[in-house]
Amino acid sequence: MKKEFYNIAKLITKNSKILDVGCGNGELMKYITENISKDIRGIELSKSNVQKCVEKGLTVIEGDAEKDLKQFPDSSFDFVILSQTLQAFLDPENVLNELLRIGKKAIVSIPNFGHWKVRLHLLLKGTMPVTENLPNEWYNTPNLHMCTIKDFENYCKRRNIKINLKNLKFQNLFSELGIFILEK
Amino acid sequence: MSEKEKIKTLLVKKPLKLDCGQTISDFPLAYETYGKLNDKKDNAILVFHALTGDQFASGANPITKKDGWWNYALGTGKAIDTDKYFVIAANVIGGCMGSFGPSDINPKTKKPYGTNFPVITINDMVNAQYNLLEYFKIEKLFCVIGGSMGGMQVLQFVSNFPNKAHTAIPIACTASHSAQNIALNELGRQSIMADRNWQDGFYEEQNKQPDKGLAVARMAAHITYLSKAGLQEKFGRKLQERDDLKFSFDADFQIESYLRYQGSVFVDRFDANSYLYITRAMDYFDLTKKFGGNLSKAFEKSNTKFFIISFTSDWLYPTSENREIVIALNAIGKDVGFVEITSDKGHDSFLLDVPDFLNTVKNFLNKSYEKIS
Repeated sequence: MKKEFYNIAKLITKNSKILDVGCGNGELMKYITENISKDIRGIELSKSNVQKCVEKGLTVIEGDAEKDLKQFPDSSFDFVILSQTLQAFLDPENVLNELLRIGKKAIVSIPNFGHWKVRLHLLLKGTMPVTENLPNEWYNTPNLHMCTIKDFENYCKRRNIKINLKNLKFQNLFSELGIFILEK
Repeated sequence: MSEKEKIKTLLVKKPLKLDCGQTISDFPLAYETYGKLNDKKDNAILVFHALTGDQFASGANPITKKDGWWNYALGTGKAIDTDKYFVIAANVIGGCMGSFGPSDINPKTKKPYGTNFPVITINDMVNAQYNLLEYFKIEKLFCVIGGSMGGMQVLQFVSNFPNKAHTAIPIACTASHSAQNIALNELGRQSIMADRNWQDGFYEEQNKQPDKGLAVARMAAHITYLSKAGLQEKFGRKLQERDDLKFSFDADFQIESYLRYQGSVFVDRFDANSYLYITRAMDYFDLTKKFGGNLSKAFEKSNTKFFIISFTSDWLYPTSENREIVIALNAIGKDVGFVEITSDKGHDSFLLDVPDFLNTVKNFLNKSYEKIS
């Protein structure tokens, strides 16, 4: 399993109620089910990934987070997870608002466009950065709204979203991923 | 063995108050079982059939000699594995495969009920079948499952008996019959009633059969079970055993010939009045009615784990209507999964060899059973 998933899982309280938005093939959900809480479900857009979740015995709803989060009542989950998909939504602001509405806490991870490798790539090569975490070219990337850890923190400040993150300058330069716990 | 002896029947003695106000008792409920009920009695699955189905879901139907209607999904080693699960399937009341229906003899008149048979509802069908749990002494079913009208029965069952099934799989269905579907059913009913042989429903005592009307009803309905793409791919404009158009009203096209065949074989196995009664039950189905239009309330007391399945090319019970059920369940925090299967086979997909569908059902059942047993 990806290191990111262990880091996300560490943030979750035992036996809490969880929604994994864009749960992929269910890898993280399976880990959480077996180790932290059985009360977890996912939303996933890709049909083949949905099948993989069902094979694992996970509760999954085929759907589009951009449209389908509104069916959940306010604060209906202790944690809502969104791993590396915020930047791919047409309207990330709306999704973020929905996450904070339906979850008491939201765990959001973003690929950090401020990482030194990304900065160096653009500086030296003069082309759009392609890294391990951002493997696509500009013409086929699903990432519509790239941001840096610093950008994201600034955004949360403006919107009065509580965020736990320390040592920002250091993180923004050296973390390929930013993982945040957000609260309204 | 005579035809009747091939049908297992439970005589329901307990009075059942129907939605129409009448009470029935001592009525027959025809059923079939597959597999074995284990000692813990935790492996029972109740299968609900669709409009023209019956209790013979798997293997050969001993009456029609045709394959059971759910042969792809149900049997040894299949998605609903009868080596593992005990499957019960009953013929709905109003039907014509041994359960109490309009072709039964009315003891008062000594003639078939015909249209004097009470109008029944999905709720009545489910309440009648609930007697099977008591008969087999099953405290809680492992699963209730069904497609189309079978799915409606699944929803009604969980709503009526919120703690009697661990899991529920409503497939390609709706919680409230749409105007389009009522319209299509009415088309079929009018076709039957326009047949001179229908005789206001009392055709049997006059030794007549409204076969033409029933066949047309089936032809029209059959189109709604397929998809445009599926029809085009299978038939296109292909001609039926001829090189060119005949400039007549014979079946020039393969699709015409196919539909005529579907209509003609249907009348051999199905009763016209049953068709009227069962389509009426579907039209009357609106699970939200009792709950002021709020579907969530229908499931408030349930602790059943839902798994809802729809098909991309099903325009009769489209994904959007299935999703309404998912939304209603999510709104009250119930355990619900949802999958839309890609298939160009239309509404009939749930009856056919659609591997993604069959695998999904198999995986969900087996994984859920691991958790409860």
